[in-house]
Amino acid sequence: MRLLASVLAILAWMATAKAVRADALADVRACGELAWGGDLQGGEPYVFEDPADPSRLEGFEVDVADALARRMGLARARFHQVEWSNLVPALERGDFDIALNGLEDTPERRARLRLSRPYFAYREVLAVRRGSPYRSLDELRGRRVAALNQSRALDLLRSYPVDPVLYEGQQEPYFDLQQGRIDAVLFDHVVADRYGCPLSGVECLPGEVARGVYVVGLRPGDATLAAAVDDAIAGLIADGELRRILSRWHLWDDGQAAIASSSAPQHAPDAPRRRLDRAQVVLFAEGAAVTVLISALAFAIAMPLGLLLATVRVTAGPFARAAATTYVEVLRGTPVLLQLYLLYFGLAPVLKLGAMTAATVGLGLNYAAYEAEVYRGALLGLPRGQVEAAAALGLTPSQALRHVTLPQAMRAALPAVTNDLVSLLKDSSLVSVLTVVELTKRMTIAAVELRSWLGPGLLCAALYFAMSFPLSRLSRRLEARLAP
Amino acid sequence: MIDVRGVHRGFGGRVALAGIDAHVRERECVAIVGPSGCGKTTLLRCLNALEPIDQGSVEVAGFSLHPGVAAPAKVRALRESVGMVFQELHLFPHLTALDNVALAPRVVMRRSRAEAEARAHELLARVGLGDRGSSYPHQLSGGQKQRVAIARALAMPLRVLLLDEPTSALDPALREEVRSVLRLLARESALTMILVTHEERLAAELADRVWRMNAGQIVAQGTPREVLTSLP
Repeated sequence: MRLLASVLAILAWMATAKAVRADALADVRACGELAWGGDLQGGEPYVFEDPADPSRLEGFEVDVADALARRMGLARARFHQVEWSNLVPALERGDFDIALNGLEDTPERRARLRLSRPYFAYREVLAVRRGSPYRSLDELRGRRVAALNQSRALDLLRSYPVDPVLYEGQQEPYFDLQQGRIDAVLFDHVVADRYGCPLSGVECLPGEVARGVYVVGLRPGDATLAAAVDDAIAGLIADGELRRILSRWHLWDDGQAAIASSSAPQHAPDAPRRRLDRAQVVLFAEGAAVTVLISALAFAIAMPLGLLLATVRVTAGPFARAAATTYVEVLRGTPVLLQLYLLYFGLAPVLKLGAMTAATVGLGLNYAAYEAEVYRGALLGLPRGQVEAAAALGLTPSQALRHVTLPQAMRAALPAVTNDLVSLLKDSSLVSVLTVVELTKRMTIAAVELRSWLGPGLLCAALYFAMSFPLSRLSRRLEARLAP
Repeated sequence: MIDVRGVHRGFGGRVALAGIDAHVRERECVAIVGPSGCGKTTLLRCLNALEPIDQGSVEVAGFSLHPGVAAPAKVRALRESVGMVFQELHLFPHLTALDNVALAPRVVMRRSRAEAEARAHELLARVGLGDRGSSYPHQLSGGQKQRVAIARALAMPLRVLLLDEPTSALDPALREEVRSVLRLLARESALTMILVTHEERLAAELADRVWRMNAGQIVAQGTPREVLTSLP
């Protein structure tokens, strides 16, 4: 499903990427509202649902968006939810007019977008486990350091000899730091101050790794709209409204004074772009190897456990049968993504699993429920005469199961089981939520770095196809061979 | 060897056996004939405890069966002495002919694999399939499968062999293959045999006595000449 979604996203992007509006500002004014994109998962203080009334949005960026709309003569600002790592592609697709959600000024974004003048200045803060010997990124050589996917912090980490670990949210990395799964976290001070530093066992190191600014992102062709946004921000700064907004959210500090004299970063469309080179292909191959490893290990759990569950459901007493049925129904009736989250984050206080282990076990336990149904169907589908013939020869029920019915059921189930292995290969992309960089995750990382989804998408699809096609063929051959 | 007294068996409202009284002597071969649905197969299944009885009692190979659920260990012990060849054969499709025959001695009798396979080879040779041990059931003809099913039953230390329509599913040409094996068994083995068949010629050829059943009862019994009306 993730692969399909990625391909569809690529096609949609290709269809809209070249769309340039002649006068974006006129279009926005005609519409009467400013459509802005952000991610609610970013939480307080950026943009989040009011706990007292979830239909209302709160946050300093909500206030900034409203103020911009007002100063541009528009009736209102309308929020569009988008996953933060897809903020830029969604803007390019034309899903909304501006991206306004902790978007940092980086060389890649200057090349890809038109950026407004800054509305906030941030510091990158390094957090470690309390008592940790590490006091700087230089000392963290070879250690696992977390950052938000596609953030400036991640770019910074890549210039140090550390092992960067990618996250899609801001709470999980600090949680994993507490649990000892990673060694440090690098985030904007806004996030660090709220989600990291107050936690027991987490120490935010004094000083700053880097400074940067948040800007509004616009499509390169929307020059008139960009000028209007810049004017509006200038007005916010000049009459002190921005300071009031930031103060209201406890974000005003001495560092913000610098934004008054900052201008909009220059759009640099001719900046050198990375290409899909050999090094990238090697990274894709590594991602594919991770996908194969996780799938194989998860299936090694799913097959025997599924067989055991099916056997219990068909042959055991009512208590064991009810337990097995409950397992199958619960695991099949809830999303595997939720199960992965619960296993990795939910159980962490009592069972601390590594990301790969949690990914493998989570997928294995989930697929066991599906395999159990495949085997159960195969067992129930066997002719009753087989069991009677075994009984007439004097075999006990367990001997009949072992020597007569199970071997036949396993053979009958083989094509469906092989089919499930192909599905697992693709579903393994879900484990990227546990910071595992497998093939699909590698594709999304490369797509952002290369500023193109087409090449990485096609390479990713080709690798999945290379892995799954032989299995599909094997499944069809087995079906033909085992047909009565 | 076999004593059946007042046996009743019903399925819901339908009566399959309505008071069967019969006796089979040791080494005797009895053929049961009668129209479809008259209770022949049900009687055979009751003798092997595949079907419980509702009333009456059965004595077979030293074991007593009464209404209600019999102890599993007792039933298994009975089945080591009382073998059954099903009408549909029910060979195990995932096992070769040799493994089909060797399975029960190995698993139930706890014979070594070598010993069980040597005996299976012997039995397959005895039913004329000495060269087909490595074939799977789907690679065998109907007559060959029937002979493997007989060899599989004979692999246990049987005293009684129950055969349900052993030739009914076969072409006339293949029936002779099976008949010759059954003739050999009837003459040379020490087995007590009960044979359900529609084929009166087979019954006449093999049986010492014939029971004719109708509507769940034995309506006539005697020598083949006395019971089988089609005989010249």
